[in-house]
Amino acid sequence: MTSLPPPTAKKLGLVIDLDTCVGCHACAVACKEWNDDGDFGPLLDKEPYGKEPSGVWFNRVHSYAVEQDATHGASRELTVHFPRSCLHCETPDCVTVCPTGASYKRAEDGIVLVDADKCIGCQLCSWACPYGAREFSMERGTMQKCTLCVDRIYNETLDEEDRQPACVMACPTRARHFGDLGDENSAISKLVAERDGYALMPEYGYQPVNRYLPPRPRRDGCNATPETKVAHEEQLDREKLPGVLRWLDRALSR
Amino acid sequence: MVALRTMAPVVPHARLELNKPTGDEVKTTTCYMCACRCGIRAHLKNGRVRYIDGNPKHPVNRGVICAKGSAGIMQHYSPARLSKPLLRVGERGAGEFREIEWDEALALATKWLGDIRARDPDQLAFFTGRDQSQALTGWWAQAYGTINYAAHGGFCSVNMAAAGMYTLGGSFWEFGEPDWDLTKYLMLWGVAEDHDSNPIKLGLGKLKARGAKIVAINPVRSGYGAIADEWVPINPGTDGLLAGAFIHELLRTDRIDLDYLVRYTNAHHLVIRAPGAADDGMIARDAEGNALCAVSAPREHHPHPDPLREGEDLKASRIDRADAVDIAPLVVGEYTLPDGRSAVPAFQLFAERYLSVEYAPESVAQACGVSVETICRLARELAETAFDQSITLKQRWTDAWGREHAEMVGRPIAMHAMRGISAHANGFHTCRTLHLLQMLLGAIDTPGSFRYQPPYPKSAPPPNRPGKTRRPNGTLDAGPLGYVHAPEDLVVDAQGDPRRIDKAFSWEHPFAAHGMLQNVIANAHAGDPYRIDTLFLFMANMGWNSAMNTTATRQMLCDRDPASGEYRIPHIIYADAYDSETVAFADLVLPDTTYLERHDCISLLDRPISDADCAADAIRQPVMQPDRDVRPFQDVLLELGARLKLPGLVDDDGAAKYPRGYAQYMVEHERAPGVGLLAGWRGADGASEGIGAPNPDQLARYIEHGCHWHREIPAAGRYYKMANRDYLEWAKALGFVGSTQPIVMQFYAETLQKFRLAAQGHGAAQPPEKDRERVARFFDPLPFWYGSLEEAKAPSPQPSPQTMKPSGESEYPLCAITQRPMFMYHSWGSQNKWLRQIATRNYLYLHPHTASANGVADEDWIWLAAPRGRIRVQAKLHAGTAPGTVWTWNAIGKRKGAWALSANAPENVDGFLLNHLIDESLPAGDGKTRYANADPVTGQAAWFDLRVRIEHDENPRVDGHRIELVPTKGLP
Amino acid sequence: MRPTFSIILFTVLSGAGYGLLFLCGLGMAIDGLPANDSAPLLVGGLLVSVGLMASVGHLGKPMRAWRAFSQWRSSWLSREGIAALATYVPLVVLLSLWFPCRGNCVWLSLRIPACLLLAAGCVVTVFCTANIYACLKPIRAWNNAYTLPLYLLLGLYSGAMLLLTLDWPPVHSGAYDARMQWLWLATAIIIAPSCALLKWRYWQWLDTRAVTPDAGSATGLDRIGSVQSFEQPHTEENYLTHEMGFVLARKHSRRLRRIAFWLILLAPLAVFALGWLIGWPAAWLALALGMTGIFVERWLFFAEAKHAVMAYYGR
Ligand SMILES: Nc1nc2c(c(=O)[nH]1)N[C@H]1C(S)=C(S)[C@@H](COP(=O)(O)OP(=O)(O)OC[C@H]3O[C@@H](n4cnc5c(=O)[nH]c(N)nc54)[C@H](O)[C@@H]3O)O[C@H]1N2
Ligand SMILES: Nc1nc2c(c(=O)[nH]1)N[C@H]1C(S)=C(S)[C@@H](COP(=O)(O)OP(=O)(O)OC[C@H]3O[C@@H](n4cnc5c(=O)[nH]c(N)nc54)[C@H](O)[C@@H]3O)O[C@H]1N2
Ligand code: SF4
Ligand code: SF4
Ligand code: SF4
Ligand code: SF4
Ligand code: SF4
Ligand SMILES: [Mo]
Repeated sequence: MTSLPPPTAKKLGLVIDLDTCVGCHACAVACKEWNDDGDFGPLLDKEPYGKEPSGVWFNRVHSYAVEQDATHGASRELTVHFPRSCLHCETPDCVTVCPTGASYKRAEDGIVLVDADKCIGCQLCSWACPYGAREFSMERGTMQKCTLCVDRIYNETLDEEDRQPACVMACPTRARHFGDLGDENSAISKLVAERDGYALMPEYGYQPVNRYLPPRPRRDGCNATPETKVAHEEQLDREKLPGVLRWLDRALSR
Repeated sequence: MVALRTMAPVVPHARLELNKPTGDEVKTTTCYMCACRCGIRAHLKNGRVRYIDGNPKHPVNRGVICAKGSAGIMQHYSPARLSKPLLRVGERGAGEFREIEWDEALALATKWLGDIRARDPDQLAFFTGRDQSQALTGWWAQAYGTINYAAHGGFCSVNMAAAGMYTLGGSFWEFGEPDWDLTKYLMLWGVAEDHDSNPIKLGLGKLKARGAKIVAINPVRSGYGAIADEWVPINPGTDGLLAGAFIHELLRTDRIDLDYLVRYTNAHHLVIRAPGAADDGMIARDAEGNALCAVSAPREHHPHPDPLREGEDLKASRIDRADAVDIAPLVVGEYTLPDGRSAVPAFQLFAERYLSVEYAPESVAQACGVSVETICRLARELAETAFDQSITLKQRWTDAWGREHAEMVGRPIAMHAMRGISAHANGFHTCRTLHLLQMLLGAIDTPGSFRYQPPYPKSAPPPNRPGKTRRPNGTLDAGPLGYVHAPEDLVVDAQGDPRRIDKAFSWEHPFAAHGMLQNVIANAHAGDPYRIDTLFLFMANMGWNSAMNTTATRQMLCDRDPASGEYRIPHIIYADAYDSETVAFADLVLPDTTYLERHDCISLLDRPISDADCAADAIRQPVMQPDRDVRPFQDVLLELGARLKLPGLVDDDGAAKYPRGYAQYMVEHERAPGVGLLAGWRGADGASEGIGAPNPDQLARYIEHGCHWHREIPAAGRYYKMANRDYLEWAKALGFVGSTQPIVMQFYAETLQKFRLAAQGHGAAQPPEKDRERVARFFDPLPFWYGSLEEAKAPSPQPSPQTMKPSGESEYPLCAITQRPMFMYHSWGSQNKWLRQIATRNYLYLHPHTASANGVADEDWIWLAAPRGRIRVQAKLHAGTAPGTVWTWNAIGKRKGAWALSANAPENVDGFLLNHLIDESLPAGDGKTRYANADPVTGQAAWFDLRVRIEHDENPRVDGHRIELVPTKGLP
Repeated sequence: MRPTFSIILFTVLSGAGYGLLFLCGLGMAIDGLPANDSAPLLVGGLLVSVGLMASVGHLGKPMRAWRAFSQWRSSWLSREGIAALATYVPLVVLLSLWFPCRGNCVWLSLRIPACLLLAAGCVVTVFCTANIYACLKPIRAWNNAYTLPLYLLLGLYSGAMLLLTLDWPPVHSGAYDARMQWLWLATAIIIAPSCALLKWRYWQWLDTRAVTPDAGSATGLDRIGSVQSFEQPHTEENYLTHEMGFVLARKHSRRLRRIAFWLILLAPLAVFALGWLIGWPAAWLALALGMTGIFVERWLFFAEAKHAVMAYYGR
């Protein structure tokens, strides 16, 4: 049913730490690889070796230049990498607009999926998603999106430690966390609470489940407190520095 | 990880199967998509690779995998794979080939190489690029008997390797890493990605989780720099000044660890002061050759020295062996040696240099582009972290002298540096400056600091010298690469002129420990120092991204000698797995398999994958059989060797010794009795490690253990490895070190002084006249800073940063550098249909101020001009770029016709290579010698010394990369 | 949003078709149109069918279009499909009445209900169509109070123009109250300015600086500073940038807006003015002008619409 399920107790999702992400694209490629040959694949590519290569990805990594100013505490520039994939929203229109029921939200864990066998490829759901989480290729004809690796996380043929999303397992800085955001005692819920994790564009009312952890305050010259800031001796006469012989008296031990 | 209860979900999904097996079989092996060499699992399904993920049990990557690693599958299935040996039929460079059988290919190669070997083995230049099997290829070259062998280190990071090995017996490059678990402060100098790709990222993640401070010193803020707490946008090439200013501040404020220096380095060793004499600047030694130092004589009373009455107190000292323990060495003062010569502790020379105004923050701030305040604050933070926040591990250990310690004290400052330091012509000394800075802070191999990775530390420098004489059986007396210890070790002729085609280990670049691959083509083309017959390349895209002055290099490869009409480089054999730009220039192409189709060995004899807590090695096993007529290069090399009847490759009756190829060699070959390529499961029963008889079951054991072996260092041996008996005994048992003697860090690099003395006219081996000044200047036993070599024609013994203007500042005011993109490996990534979707083109990034000063708008096409010529590139504004710098991602631009890309692919049409503008040699200062555009000590290619200016294009909105070069003399 | 021809065709033709059928329904119910005047019914049926075909053709899996009827509880597209299908029922009934029916054929008693149902079906269908777009929150240009009335009004407008053209007196030989002509013309003339002016108001509204997401708010990084895109995840176009990253230069948009505005406004007047002089070709001319206006309007409806996701790309 494209009607949304009643609020799910379990809200599986990802937490992405923007303070740690180095923008390496590992998550994006691991995702592409896992899904390409899996049940939700293939993730087709157009002109793979040609002029305008493009293809379906469930995860894309942006990077931004952020300029902080006085209103944000300090004046400095930051570079922030930003992976973007489905947020498994609680009340997303990408589900309700779907005319076929192909786009649906699982009642048991809140994962938003597309049933490729039902999808007619009208693309409305991708229009309804402000987060750009859905991608479509004419060649395949059906909509595709992040599955939260539903085919891994419950998969008993995998070792237990492997029952995690491919992108989370791949992430070399471990900036990606997976878990139940509906359980406030889960490790990731605590992480979100601790780090002021936030949801993207809440104004759409979709109530994303995924959370982003903002860059931590930087400890550089801008916010160095007076004590940590060097009271630089302006009058320091570099020609008259203490001579090296002051170390003569040092009782060293070997 | 969250434990998820498996339930039978009620979903309206037609075919959602949650418990579907993901493949038929899982095979472990080692990734090859970069030199990090992570453990991977190839999941196979229906005879194809379904996916590749990280091996969670592998010590290198602990389960994570990078973009290149995951996309390895598309490299394996790349349409650009070669499929059959090729023989050139058209002109060089035209890419016209005839497919031939392996027999013909091998016979031809055997003929060429056999003829050369009979004539003069040095006529073969065997250069093996991004080789991960140098333990084999170097050994093969030695057996063949050519001195002209090198892998890619010369254009890569030899500055880091050599500076490290001559100073620490380890290095930032590959042989060491920050203490990711304990450091509180990480300073990254010029690192974008590095070889330790995944370990660094795992480590950074740990630091972030722990809240350690990260400082990125880099003209560009991207990648690792993006997550750093502090970005220091330094002007390229000035790190030596910045580090010097830190040292200045630490000395000035007396925040240094002198006890550490006298325990673990030679800072207290006495340096002879005898200007003009043959031993000036050498370390004072007793008759047995033991270094000497001054020690405080035991005194009742310790009066405070009065600096105005210098020397008064020196009476209270005596001379002792510098390696004696429980002494109180003196690190300043002037002392008289028993034989009457005068000497000062090395530390004093160092302190005098760095306390001088030249290295004062005020003096360097402008050149570095870093404010005085920032310099002073960072220096203070270094000191505070090292000394006020030092850490203590409750861990008993015994030092190399047998003294027991109840705990390990750590200076939790870690530094890491790579090609931002190394790819400049001053990189060797800059890297040494960093190492001395670390030593001052007591921050080498202590808890929280930089740490060695076994089998390092080794003695600084290690004992193996480059081979240079041929034995009666035609083999070289030693491997062609090594460490020179004295002028006698150089590979030069009687006149002191270079003997190697790349001029490595000559007076031009004495410490070229990795060879100078980047010079081979230009030198062979010019016949300087001589002509060669065959250029045998493996895995080096020398016709493109690893060439300087790429266009001219491509012409040189095709150039004919007008006299004979023959190609100047008569034969080129190339072993590649893919249709790279260089393939078109080969006469004979030996197609390699992909990494999933062969055996390989990641050996401790090569560039090990150990981390600071364990020694490790690994193998690759074929997870697929080739579906093309290709062969593993290692097998081919062994077969060629057997056909050439090289000693060691055939047995007494001339039969091939390793007919089953590399897999057999990996197991059976012994370097020294009991020492082979693999350290794990040795001995007939597989019970020995490090040293033991070959074990026929060894590969099976490796495969059972996920294709890797690792042995943890005992807890008591994890720090202070250079002088830790617990470590040294462990390392000796595994064959990593010859003795348990402590390894003394070369604060003062006496080895360099030997070369300076030679240049000053001492000793039997002296440089040719033209090189004297240069050697005398650059072989300074203490590090110093100098600007770009193009400018610094007039050598000055002392640096003077204020007067040092970066080269040609007015005409070419901008520094141009490249960075590695995390998702691409040099040139190979573009054939990968996933990776190229991330970037098919590169831009020239510049600061908005630089752009507006030059009238450049975002996405304008502009010309980037250097003395060599100019290239048309697309500009993009980036506030995270230092204003005096422009940069681009490396090796995205491709040459039409290569990599199975369509002709109109953006890589070919819009992407660009900066290399076209980088000169392979320096302007001839004296009109005579054209030195390589490289570090004068190590021969490291100075990619990042490039200076440019921006020129306008009439139609800045019209797309298209173009190259316009100034014609080069001597080329068609 | 990329102005895709099939979707423009769908909305314009089905809008016109339903407008025409609506007027037919009403007209026949009040006997303003001959009950056996099948031409407008056929044309209307044809237009909606072509429109619906175009929309089906736009699907990735057209053969599965039937599945679209299932989600009427939440999906406007599903509802539209059902409404469209349902509207065929009275249409078919009305068309079948055209067959000679002697005596008190039961069918005849269905005429009035069928007419009313047809009219209602048309309104409901266009209502649904409009809501397909109007409900898409990430697209401000659609997700507003103008979309629905404009779809309805423009449907009615094009229907009136069509009817005017199809029922031009000379076409009909039979007895028929030509005064109805005036009704259609009046409808068109009255609706035209409403459409044009409403559209104009819409454009004015669209141009107001609204709080739409930018790179800062989309990433939430506005909490730490001002945000600009540095590197995108891909250097070439992908599905998102191709479909949703369409940008129309302001210059073009202004020109096209004027064209659409004046064509829609003046087309019916052209009939009025020229009709006396040249007769029925005036209606065809006006129809052509009006429909062109609507095509341009619809093209702009897509081309000017910015999708929120582009904020991630800094566009
Ligand atoms: N401007 C600029 N230029 C640079 C640098 C820079 O920073 N800036 N960096 C320099 C450095 S550090 C380096 S290391 C060089 C790297 O430059 P190269 O050593 O040329 O490196 P690659 O592009 O990786 O090309 C190596 C070749 O190996 C081939 N290959 C890949 N896999 C296999 C295999 O399995 N078997 C065989 N036989 N061949 C294979 C590829 O097809 C390719 O042709 O570039 C240097 N050039
Ligand atoms: N993904 C990926 N990983 C790779 C490779 C690859 O091609 N792709 N190549 C491998 C190879 S062969 C190598 S050698 C290593 C190299 O790894 P890195 O050492 O990380 O090499 P580069 O990318 O050249 O990065 C040099 C960095 O130094 C900065 N820099 C340039 N000049 C200066 C300077 O004067 N001072 C300072 N402080 N910084 C400066 C640049 O901005 C850049 O960030 O990476 C290895 N790993
Ligand atoms: S992110 Fe987009 S696709 Fe995913 S649930 Fe939310 S609205 Fe739907
Ligand atoms: S594209 Fe498929 S999943 Fe999306 S709304 Fe249409 S039918 Fe549903
Ligand atoms: S959870 Fe799975 S499908 Fe979703 S982005 Fe990560 S890897 Fe891709
Ligand atoms: S893998 Fe991790 S670090 Fe890399 S881009 Fe993705 S989230 Fe960021
Ligand atoms: S870091 Fe290098 S070795 Fe490791 S997975 Fe990536 S490409 Fe492979
Ligand atoms: Mo390198």
